[in-house]
Amino acid sequence: MTIPLDPNITPPGTGRFRDAGGLPADRWRAIRGEERLVPTHCCFCGVQCGMYLRVHDGKVFGVEPRDHDINRMRLCPKGLNAYQQVNHPDRLTAPLYRQSRADDLRPVSWEQALDVTAEQIQRIQAEHGRDAFGMLGGASLFTEKTYLVGKFARVALRTRHVDYNGRLCMVSAAGANKLSFGIDRAANPFADCLLTDCLLIAGSNVGECFPVMTQYLWGARDRGAKLIVVDPRETSIARTADIHVALRPGTDAAFFNAVLHVVVAEGLTDEAFLAEHTTGWDEVRAAAAEYPPERAAEICGIPAEQVTQVARMFATAPKAMAWHARGIEHHTQGVENCLTVINLCVATGNLGKPGAGYGTITGQGNGQGGREHGQKSDMLPGGRSISDPVHRMQVANIWGIDVDDLPQAGTSMMEMVHQMSRGEIRGLFGLCNNPFVSLPNYAVVKAGYDALDFHAQCDFFLSETAANAHLVLPVTSWAEDDGVMANAEARVVRHRKAQEPLPGVRTDTWVLCELARRLGVGDKFDFAGSEQVFEELRIASRGTVNDYYGITYARLDETGGIAWPCPDLDHPGTPRLFEGGRTYHADGKVHLQAVRWHPPADPYDDTYPMTLTTGRTVAHFLSGNQTRRLGGLVEQTPRPWVEVHPSHGFSNGDAVAVVTRRGSATFPALVTEAIRPDTVFVPYHWPYPVAANELTIDALDPRSKIPEYKVCACRIEPAEAVTPVPAPPMPPGREPYADAQRARAEQLPPTSSQGRGTSQP
Amino acid sequence: MMGRTIVIDPGRCIGCQACVSACRECDSHRGKSMIHLDYLDQGGSVASSPTVCMHCEDPVAPCAQVCPAEAILVTPDGVVHDADKSRCIGCGNCVNACPMGVPKIDLAAKLQFKCNLCYDRTSYGLAPMCATVCPTGSIFYGTLEELRTERPGVEVASTFDFDGSIISTGVAMVVPKGRPVGEPLPGGAGEHARVTGSPQPAGHLEPSADNVLGDPL
Repeated sequence: MTIPLDPNITPPGTGRFRDAGGLPADRWRAIRGEERLVPTHCCFCGVQCGMYLRVHDGKVFGVEPRDHDINRMRLCPKGLNAYQQVNHPDRLTAPLYRQSRADDLRPVSWEQALDVTAEQIQRIQAEHGRDAFGMLGGASLFTEKTYLVGKFARVALRTRHVDYNGRLCMVSAAGANKLSFGIDRAANPFADCLLTDCLLIAGSNVGECFPVMTQYLWGARDRGAKLIVVDPRETSIARTADIHVALRPGTDAAFFNAVLHVVVAEGLTDEAFLAEHTTGWDEVRAAAAEYPPERAAEICGIPAEQVTQVARMFATAPKAMAWHARGIEHHTQGVENCLTVINLCVATGNLGKPGAGYGTITGQGNGQGGREHGQKSDMLPGGRSISDPVHRMQVANIWGIDVDDLPQAGTSMMEMVHQMSRGEIRGLFGLCNNPFVSLPNYAVVKAGYDALDFHAQCDFFLSETAANAHLVLPVTSWAEDDGVMANAEARVVRHRKAQEPLPGVRTDTWVLCELARRLGVGDKFDFAGSEQVFEELRIASRGTVNDYYGITYARLDETGGIAWPCPDLDHPGTPRLFEGGRTYHADGKVHLQAVRWHPPADPYDDTYPMTLTTGRTVAHFLSGNQTRRLGGLVEQTPRPWVEVHPSHGFSNGDAVAVVTRRGSATFPALVTEAIRPDTVFVPYHWPYPVAANELTIDALDPRSKIPEYKVCACRIEPAEAVTPVPAPPMPPGREPYADAQRARAEQLPPTSSQGRGTSQP
Repeated sequence: MMGRTIVIDPGRCIGCQACVSACRECDSHRGKSMIHLDYLDQGGSVASSPTVCMHCEDPVAPCAQVCPAEAILVTPDGVVHDADKSRCIGCGNCVNACPMGVPKIDLAAKLQFKCNLCYDRTSYGLAPMCATVCPTGSIFYGTLEELRTERPGVEVASTFDFDGSIISTGVAMVVPKGRPVGEPLPGGAGEHARVTGSPQPAGHLEPSADNVLGDPL
């Protein structure tokens, strides 16, 4: 039985005002004429704010706030500028090809481009085996396309080597969720934040990475909830938090074990809940016993009293919730860090109730949906395991193939790069990712891609990765096609096509179907568009944990979004999991997992005594291929910087080299007390030679295979000059849109980590 | 303060500049933002605050009073409009007269630009763009009663002390809990106690910077 959410509980603020939907545009707009507002969602982060795209003469030209119940008309600067991508002068509008990287990319016809790709796939697979051709997808694709990526790799390429960029993002949380609960998604909707008494945010710069979610945090506080933030930096949500735990990066598991230690020691556990709904509690309690607050204080570099304060505040709250993001997940013990947070929630009985529960805040727009339907190396649609014989048979039947033709599990994204270097993977088809900026240890990544015999990359702007490819295929932006995404709450929302694709541009769906036809499996890829793919996906997920069967485009249009599992057409969806304490494991229990802390992979020594941590800034998104071309966002934050504590003696704007065992890069210093003295921070949205990921370590979590972006050993030293930011790549003969790039010449750091103040000189 | 107006709460502001990007979307000044976003505590914290036109009530609109072209009109609801483009001569008097640093002159167009509380939107029952999109409610649009319903116990101030000259404004600021009710906020760029945070919990960096509402001229 699902307790329905109270629709009267909304974020505070704008509820009294309507949005512009239904208002005739010419009654209040300065621009007159034929204008439509197309209701859709933002392309960027996992909050998936509703928005209207303004369409004039068949072209997207603006944005208007939309009163969707996820965001209540609120938008962040990325969302407000997102529409500018659609008809941007930097868009790719013709396939580009070269036989060798020594040549320039030259425009070719679609026919030639697809023929070349099919020939290269067949040649490489004939010479080196099917697994020698790999595929890498992305979690900003619509769910339909992520489903097609997985199906294309297994049915058309028949390779085991398929993975996606969610490997760099959500997999640690996914691993922990599966282990503990048997289902991989946030347990509670955002709106539950407004019902809680204590909100714990671990490793998430909500104010910059999920800005519109902040309204739920502040709304909770307006209703009297306490806020605890665990983050090495004093972010905009940490600044006024009731407790800010500024721990040393890479020590989360020690901290949360110690919090649990105090909870146990002070008798604040919910023994009835533990006895009835969990397994493994004895082991977890024994592990926590090894972490008294004093030990955590030493490991984490925080006062021991803070551990006790957090334990009491969280465990004595009538209803408490914890949300976490990449800050605790990007570690060689990323899965385990998430498990320690789950253990804390479960031990205090905070699960499956309004205002009490647990969530992970997915990073990419479709971070949730993109990991559910088979583009992950070990998964098949419906969250099925590719290693499970029953699951394999089910999917083989749905796809109409022989189960023996279904490849086995492949490797993770970073491992695939090493396989490229070793010649095990010789051809690659990439879409919706930019590993030259987003993968760690850039030198290794570049070497891997350079070793490929054939590399095709789909994108709508020429990314750094695409600029290194043999073949670039220009595909649609999100506003030129229909599809669905699932946000951080696992709410499936509908994106609408607002304009026709630019001339020369095709949808990713068309590209994959055309390639499949050339590879002789056109009958398995007979899709006219996203809705037909979605219909197959519904059936492919039927009866699984990730059940989409009851979700249709029509229902999404009526409801504004449905949270899976949704097993039939009358089902209202499942916004909140684990009601009554029942999980998705066969025994219905939470399988608690004991965790012991271990140090990060990169050791500290006299040469590398400090910690480098990386992350995002509010004006840019992931690898920046989109946001580094939008003028307003470039103006807000034109360049990366290194955030250092004043105790190192640098002045604001000094050139500072950050040196790690992988390399060195120079940035202007943003000197601030809002970071630990033993830690520096560099945002990662920019490419070589100003890339944070030239410095980061490519050590992986053994279970989730997520790289340890959030902690590596470094030193800082004065440098001669700040390295200029390179222009975004463009095809030969074209320059990036100059108006959008003006601010890029900036040599100074931004005023604050959120950007440059607008009225400062 | 005006009946239905903007109330700014710097304590909620995350400095994301959604307001700046949203303001740029207005059809009457596309690409140019009328709202300012300042980082108040550089080197200390990420504290930030937006500045919109405060719509001065007493003395009424210094910008309008000094305008030689009588281009800046004040409507009966208290909204101080941006300079009428058919009258503005781009002289910059308003820029110098404004105690809050709000109006700007576009030198190429020789015209003044300033926030007019999105009169085009409010006329049709839409909230101003900045307040509509603000992810945190740091920029609130509504009545004081509506604000108090949503944020129990909230206190606001709409008077500012500029070296003894008191200015009362149509737009209000949320003030930290415990601050004497009715006490004017420090105006201008002087030595003042920090009032950037509400709430101000224990255990944080001591206040060290000024609260500068608008830029020193």
